[in-house]
Amino acid sequence: MLPLAAYLSLSALLFSLGLYGALARKNAIAILLGVELMLNAVNINLVSFWRYGNTALMAGQVFAIIVFAVAASEVAVGLALVINIYRRRSSINADEIDLMKW
Amino acid sequence: MTAEQIIFYLTAALILVSALMVVTTRNLIHAALWLVSTLFGVAVLYATLDASFLAVVQVVVYIGAIAIMFIFAVMLTRRDLLDKVPQTNTSWPWAAAASALMAGGLLFAGSQLNAFGAARPALSGDALQGLSLALVSADGFVLPFEVASILLLAAMVGAVYLAYKK
Amino acid sequence: MNFWTDPIAAVAQGLMQTFTGWGMAPEVAGIVTNLLGVVLMITAIMVLDIFLVWVERKVVARFQDRLGPNRVGPWGIFQPFPDIIKLILKEDITPTGADKVPFNLAPILSLGSVIFLWAVVPVASRIYGVDLNVALLYLVASGAIGTLSIIMAGWSSNNKYALVGAYRMVANMVSYEIPLAASLLIPTLLAGSMSLNAIVEMQAKGVWLFLVTPLGALLFLVAAIAELGRSPFDLNEGESEIVAGFHIEYSGMKFGLFYAGELLHAFTFGGFLAALFFGGWHGPWAEEYPLLGAFYFVAKAMLGYWVIMWIKYTVPRIRIDHMLAFNWKFLTPLAFTLLVVTVLAHRLLMSLPLGLYVAGMFLVNLLVAWATLEVLRSSARRQREALGTR
Repeated sequence: MLPLAAYLSLSALLFSLGLYGALARKNAIAILLGVELMLNAVNINLVSFWRYGNTALMAGQVFAIIVFAVAASEVAVGLALVINIYRRRSSINADEIDLMKW
Repeated sequence: MTAEQIIFYLTAALILVSALMVVTTRNLIHAALWLVSTLFGVAVLYATLDASFLAVVQVVVYIGAIAIMFIFAVMLTRRDLLDKVPQTNTSWPWAAAASALMAGGLLFAGSQLNAFGAARPALSGDALQGLSLALVSADGFVLPFEVASILLLAAMVGAVYLAYKK
Repeated sequence: MNFWTDPIAAVAQGLMQTFTGWGMAPEVAGIVTNLLGVVLMITAIMVLDIFLVWVERKVVARFQDRLGPNRVGPWGIFQPFPDIIKLILKEDITPTGADKVPFNLAPILSLGSVIFLWAVVPVASRIYGVDLNVALLYLVASGAIGTLSIIMAGWSSNNKYALVGAYRMVANMVSYEIPLAASLLIPTLLAGSMSLNAIVEMQAKGVWLFLVTPLGALLFLVAAIAELGRSPFDLNEGESEIVAGFHIEYSGMKFGLFYAGELLHAFTFGGFLAALFFGGWHGPWAEEYPLLGAFYFVAKAMLGYWVIMWIKYTVPRIRIDHMLAFNWKFLTPLAFTLLVVTVLAHRLLMSLPLGLYVAGMFLVNLLVAWATLEVLRSSARRQREALGTR
């Protein structure tokens, strides 16, 4: 017998781990990895609320699918930006990319 | 301890340990591979929640596309010596405090829900059928679905333009 | 319910009775029986894999007008066993600077991604692993895990050729997943379900989908061969170009796992071709005797595998930019056009009797094929005129 609390606590812990990764890392790609963990935590939340609520209302799963699409587009554009920055500045250390014009 | 509980605890342990390794390991390729392990654990979790379509789409989209994009990006922006230095920036104690506060806050807010300890209701109808109908019916979610596909097209064009080498 | 009409349920019942007779609790007995079933299925697949090594070597020999192995046992049928012993006895080299954990995990994951697939394949009407309602998406997902294992292999080898080979292979596999998924949508739409059991049952009651959509079957075959990384799409393992690609640094049984995984993957796609388009286990008396259905299925899968081998040993290799252009400029538009046309035709012809329906769909497919050839011909003519009299 698994209560809803189990899934919600799991997603809360996953979200805070992702938040730590996004705030505490130097490499721009590592920050994006943290953001991915946060998006996955949100998705777990959405799907558990769908399952433990009224399963005839599909809004939970549809929202999760839209989050998949948004996460994929965000990662694509974010990584393209990171590669572009690396080509110009030879570094993707977030501490060093702090001037708008070199 | 039913089989359902055992599977949940094992999957939760896999997800949390892999996520911890993602945010603490120094080698970025290893971080991307630990992310793959986390995503796979989340897919198993969706399967236990009777969202079978989401579980398979998680593997196809996240592991088959996003994780591979991460690995490629790490390989293209790598400099060898940077794998051994610590990867945290100077304000990491504040980040740790903020994330601990966030975890506590979310758990407290969740416990205030009166559905927090609820048991699982029975599944009403065929979930896959219901999902497919919801995604294409006009009084369902067809508009967000179509807008999401336009978003993906815009992201694809943007990413190709940004990363294109003249 | 005896063994001949329902083999798996009969065996499971017998095992449960034995285990509870020994004093085990019923839930534990259930878990142990399921585990034994899984182990039995994997063993059967791996034994089949050993047999496939012999089949591959004999067939390639006959295509090349020679005999093949014929010394170790009648017709050389025990040849794979000396091969396995040789691979196990070889030195297991890990290159310096290689990342140990991904290096060792990659062959296991590559073979694992193929074994996962056999859980959803309906070998007979009552012999299958699980009736998953998203089985065709599961096929695409296992391709995604295979792609990941190749990147891990190429990266952790610490070798430039391995990395380039891995990049090419991943670009190949990721690109060809799209026409593969689009061609998988055609049986889904015609049968109304993504579950393989439902598709095979629809063919058993109606007509084999090969007659209704031959172009779809051809499209699936081409996309599957490209997804496998077999010739003519095997640029990543061309010895003359990049020295065996992503499995350069693998020696001994690790290479054996990659090789066996590739053969099993080809056979599995032959099985999917049989299940999706050629009726799966359907045949005379296949419903009453599941083992006969299993025999039909394996025979059809062997036929599909033979066609894949035939293409491999006949056609020369395609260059990487031609391979990707072929996918994005030809196969993907063709797949989506065929999908739309098939659905429209199915809707229009749905109410006709079966013979007229099949004839109509077949004609529609021929029409699409003719239109494609006309488009190709006119674009080739334009290219030739643009080049002048060169």
